[in-house]
Amino acid sequence: MSSISAPHAAAPASALEIRGIRKRYGSLEALRGVSFDVRRGEFFGLLGPNGAGKSTLIGIISGLVQADEGSVAVLGHDTVRDFRTARRLLGVVPQELVFDPFFKVRDLLRIQAGYYGCGKESWPWIDEMLERLELAGKAGSSMRALSGGMKRRVLIAQALVHKPPVVILDEPTAGVDVELRRTLWAFMSDLHRQGTTVVLTTHYLEEAQELCSRIAILDRGSVAAVEPTPQLLARHPYRFLRLKLADGAQLPAALRELVTGEVGGAYELKLETARHPIGAVFDALRTAGVAIEDVQTREPDLEDIFIEMTGHTAKPAATGAAK
Amino acid sequence: MTPDQIGFATLLKKEVMRFWSVLGQTVTAPVITALLYLLVFAQAMQGRAPVYPGVGYTEFLVPGLVMMTVIQNAFANTSSSLTQSKIMGNLVFLQMAPLGPLQWFGAYIIAAIVRCILVATAMLLVTWPFVHLPVHAPLALAAMFLLSAGSLAVLGMIAGIIAEKFDHIAAFTNFFITPLSFLSGVFYSVHALPPLWFAASHLNPFFYMIDGFRYGFFGHADVPIWQSLLWSTGFFGVCAAVCLWMLVTGYKLKR
Repeated sequence: MSSISAPHAAAPASALEIRGIRKRYGSLEALRGVSFDVRRGEFFGLLGPNGAGKSTLIGIISGLVQADEGSVAVLGHDTVRDFRTARRLLGVVPQELVFDPFFKVRDLLRIQAGYYGCGKESWPWIDEMLERLELAGKAGSSMRALSGGMKRRVLIAQALVHKPPVVILDEPTAGVDVELRRTLWAFMSDLHRQGTTVVLTTHYLEEAQELCSRIAILDRGSVAAVEPTPQLLARHPYRFLRLKLADGAQLPAALRELVTGEVGGAYELKLETARHPIGAVFDALRTAGVAIEDVQTREPDLEDIFIEMTGHTAKPAATGAAK
Repeated sequence: MTPDQIGFATLLKKEVMRFWSVLGQTVTAPVITALLYLLVFAQAMQGRAPVYPGVGYTEFLVPGLVMMTVIQNAFANTSSSLTQSKIMGNLVFLQMAPLGPLQWFGAYIIAAIVRCILVATAMLLVTWPFVHLPVHAPLALAAMFLLSAGSLAVLGMIAGIIAEKFDHIAAFTNFFITPLSFLSGVFYSVHALPPLWFAASHLNPFFYMIDGFRYGFFGHADVPIWQSLLWSTGFFGVCAAVCLWMLVTGYKLKR
């Protein structure tokens, strides 16, 4: 079995090397020459709006999709020429809730381990995962009998069953409850501390901001940015000011062009730090004789950066919550 | 065992477990269907002149029924497994695993052959009280069995790879497998057919499977055994080449 805690002496620095990936579906160019690296031991975020090409890229990395051009290597092993080694080093949690209805949970995990060449020596690890993912009580249950959340846990266990040093989580928390999120992130953080490289795609950008040390943003099939998270957050030097004015008061015309929205009866102003010092805003309000009821400031978060770069909210339309 | 061998053995075991978990549907049901055919045709055709010297109609019928059931079950095993995995979406776990085209091919085909061995054995056992079949050429019998079950298992894989819904498999079964297996000399000797149908039967690969299998029991057949072996080997070779090409290129499997 591959070890998550024993780095290979001659292993390359990159967990994933993605070079010039192009993929076209008819007239749609899903990926337009995507290149970036994921370093060993990183917790890496792969973000982008719906249709940006994230799932196509993950499909190419995992062998589900054939790229038209370009190459991917997992810890230096090409995913086409040396696919057996590359796949043994990789675990992927698919986005869709798919399962085999013929088997019970423990049997399914043992079968999955067998595909990767792991025999009975993997069984204690399977039992440990069942415990950690709070599936032990369901180990003898048929997949058909599990709730959606439980099935999601099994998917995660299936991806980790061969202890891959590189793990890709394709929206693992989509539609799951808070408890599972907490369990999953505690488990993944443990694996990450032991040396596992984790690549995460998610619509919950607060998760990415909290967990990922570096982030790539894909937009319309191209890489819009690959940067450390703090650098990405500092990329756009602005802040938000939320002003609740006294009853009947109107915002001066000079400040109206800075308004990005209204929340709960308060105006939200987007201020570029260099051009719009907060003091100047208050001066303008004082000069116009406008009384203020409440004031809040907020630094831009990943959601703001994401919208700025892609023009989209990160959340799917059905649950959209643009700021 | 090497990791690759463990991977292959696991896929084979999983495919056997899949049909084993629904044994009533995958083994018992086809045996009962075949027995009903035997009951009806043996009664209806009783008293007719022997097809081959010293071989009564019921004896003649049993090997044909066994082979027809093998043909249908080998096809059903691989086609339903692949189609179901594609439709349920769980084929991704296999596609992401470090298993090569030959491992897929071998595991699916052998599992289907295992199912066919169970079905054929069950049929021969339940007909034993009524029909005592001789075994004239055991090697030819085994070769015809393996080639036939193998060919149809491969054909089932091809259909499973092409199919996007169960309707496609049903169409393949209803318009190709069932007619060809019924028109292959299961219930009669092709020598009893008019010239046009006699000639047409010789273009049906299932005819050679059944005829060669029958030769293994009785030492008599409509065509020489070498011809049946040659046709069946050729048919297996063509099907295997097409199937392996699909697996290697990812045809209809990779987006």
